[in-house]
Amino acid sequence: MRTLPAAFAATTILAGAAQATTVYPLDRATILAGSPFDFKVELNKQVKPEDVKITVNGQDYKTVLGGEARFVELEKGKDDKALGSALLLRGLKISAPGAYKVEVAAGDETKSVTWNVYETAGQPKAKNIIFLLGDGLSVAHRTAARIMSKGMTEGKANGRLNMDDLDRMAFVGTSATNAVATDSANTMSAYMTGHKTAVNAIGVYADRTPASLDDPRVETFAEAVRRMTKKSIGIVATAEVEDATPAAVVSHTRNRNDKADVVGMLLGVKPEVLLGGGSAYFLGKEVAGSKRKDNQDYIKLFQDAGYKLATDKNELAANASAEGNLLGLFHTGNMDVTLDREFLKKGTVDKFPNQPGLVAMTKVAIDRLSKNPDGFFLMVEGSSIDKMSHPLDWDRAVVETIEFDQAIGVAREFQKAHPDTLIVVTGDHTHGVSIIGTVDDEKPGTEMREKVGTYAEAGFPNYKDENGDGYPDKIDVSRRLFLSANNGPDHYETFRPKLDGPFVPAVQNEKKEYVANEQYKDVPGAVFVQGNLPKSSESGVHAVDDVVLQSAGPGSEEFHGYLEQSDVYRVLADTFALGAKQTN
Amino acid sequence: MDIFSSLHLSRRRLIGAAVALPFTASVVRAADPSLSFDELYGKFGVLGLEFSDKVKRLAEQEISMKGFMAPPLKAEAQFFVLTEVPMSLCPFCSSDADWPDNIVVVYLLEKQTFVQPRQTIEVRGTLEYGSWTDPDTGFVSLLRIRQAEYFSV
Repeated sequence: MRTLPAAFAATTILAGAAQATTVYPLDRATILAGSPFDFKVELNKQVKPEDVKITVNGQDYKTVLGGEARFVELEKGKDDKALGSALLLRGLKISAPGAYKVEVAAGDETKSVTWNVYETAGQPKAKNIIFLLGDGLSVAHRTAARIMSKGMTEGKANGRLNMDDLDRMAFVGTSATNAVATDSANTMSAYMTGHKTAVNAIGVYADRTPASLDDPRVETFAEAVRRMTKKSIGIVATAEVEDATPAAVVSHTRNRNDKADVVGMLLGVKPEVLLGGGSAYFLGKEVAGSKRKDNQDYIKLFQDAGYKLATDKNELAANASAEGNLLGLFHTGNMDVTLDREFLKKGTVDKFPNQPGLVAMTKVAIDRLSKNPDGFFLMVEGSSIDKMSHPLDWDRAVVETIEFDQAIGVAREFQKAHPDTLIVVTGDHTHGVSIIGTVDDEKPGTEMREKVGTYAEAGFPNYKDENGDGYPDKIDVSRRLFLSANNGPDHYETFRPKLDGPFVPAVQNEKKEYVANEQYKDVPGAVFVQGNLPKSSESGVHAVDDVVLQSAGPGSEEFHGYLEQSDVYRVLADTFALGAKQTN
Repeated sequence: MDIFSSLHLSRRRLIGAAVALPFTASVVRAADPSLSFDELYGKFGVLGLEFSDKVKRLAEQEISMKGFMAPPLKAEAQFFVLTEVPMSLCPFCSSDADWPDNIVVVYLLEKQTFVQPRQTIEVRGTLEYGSWTDPDTGFVSLLRIRQAEYFSV
């Protein structure tokens, strides 16, 4: 679409100073033509309805927005604190593209915001979209995955990752509406709605009232695909399916921890394929292992809605090419990571010994979704790159990255036979991690820090992949990659992979401060690393750095330069022509 | 834990010992059947866990259990969560931590001071299983130790 670059540039230029009154959608919001959204005005004072004047492009708002907002005389915050009056109009749609200037006046309060409503191409560019998200995927993760998986000789990689050969790329800014730093909820929400939002929020603008399920909503991509097409929808994650990233494909909540409610929202949208962990929120509270506070049996509700159920690797394989909808739940919580699941048998693998991996889940999802002659949208999350980066467990995080890349390989194979498929590979945010060299056990002495090689002393690591499965045959080789975090709590650096189970860098003391976990103190050569985060931080944190987005296939030409995360939605919507001109 | 030290005896036990029982009785009581985290469930599965025969057998009896105190909801609460490993890892960041799968809720006989989560503790009290919703917090638990007290080990 010719107008895209100019429009993206416009979204990154700040217009106007902040004012106290708040209007949702926020100033500079970009809105898909015909996509339903909630309009809310939050005033700082209590006013009478007749004192409020709202215009859109100079006309009475009711004419332009097609409805009258409900007036709330007084909104209350925590402890019944008076917050002021509000107006709320749910589910309105704007069909005609253009700039919409919303002006609010109430007593001495005024506020003006401008929304950009955009249409899309009239015809879809691709039949299918496969959106692969490595949670927390940073540049160091992929560099390490390439070296660990493929090896390196005389400074050149011995092989390439699947993600290395995607055609087009962009840098993506991830910040939230309330903070420069960010989490997996607001970031995936921006990809999946086209609107930026606040930390912990999904599919909503974060309003000021305490309730988390009543905030002003915006349409999710899955909802837009349902509204405009007959395509199938698939969600695959190694985390709980109610976790922020998979939840953001369909859900609306100010609080990503509303996981029991998210299960209901998943059932509401009914993705044709839903695979991952998190069965605890599908079980009524009287079942041991449940995390619900009610007795709703969502396993039964999904089955009643026509879903086949798979609970382990064998049942998943048996359902690979069957018809109908598929719910695959393989763990009560987050699925075990590849290193534990396939190699070390640590974590909770003894309790859930037959979990499929991301590659098998992705294959089954594509096999089933591709039966739909109208096409599909599939979201695949490599969830635990992030979950292992928080505790600074770099070996597990990198092995997760290799698995994620193999899932990208499955998508690329499908794309070869089905070139009418757009593949997008990105992260939702980054972590503060870099590779700085190697750790070489053969270097003299007992102090592990003396075995760290930087610059020419680093040499090359000696991982081997003799069985050709893409994973190093062992990770505790004698000369290993050395990844280091630029942030974290107090902890002990052991310079070694954590073979007994995921790293727990810090634990809380009686003052609620996180202190170094002494479990690692006596590992030979371990050194104390003083944290640089507040003592309330139990792990490393997300970085504010841009993420890299790469893509291939029809529609991918729109990814280049710098994009706000919410702009990525527009490319997806344009690829499926979800904002084609409406007649109403 | 030094079970012979009267400093470690709770008021309940001290009163019991003073009123009716000779000193050796508290030693007998200290030998309540113990339960470990490995022994809680007979079956794990995506569709639910099943309590072990041992849990069913010990229900409504005084038991002891070792574990770690999860960071409590409030600084001084009358209940806390006993976990198998020290609870410190926030898998999400910027968000409230999720509760671990494998927990036992402990309702104290009386408020006790908070201990460090890395400190192994031994809890004694009456074992109870089945779904129960705490009326004050809405916290749903399936396995509880009531009338409990705990000691550092």
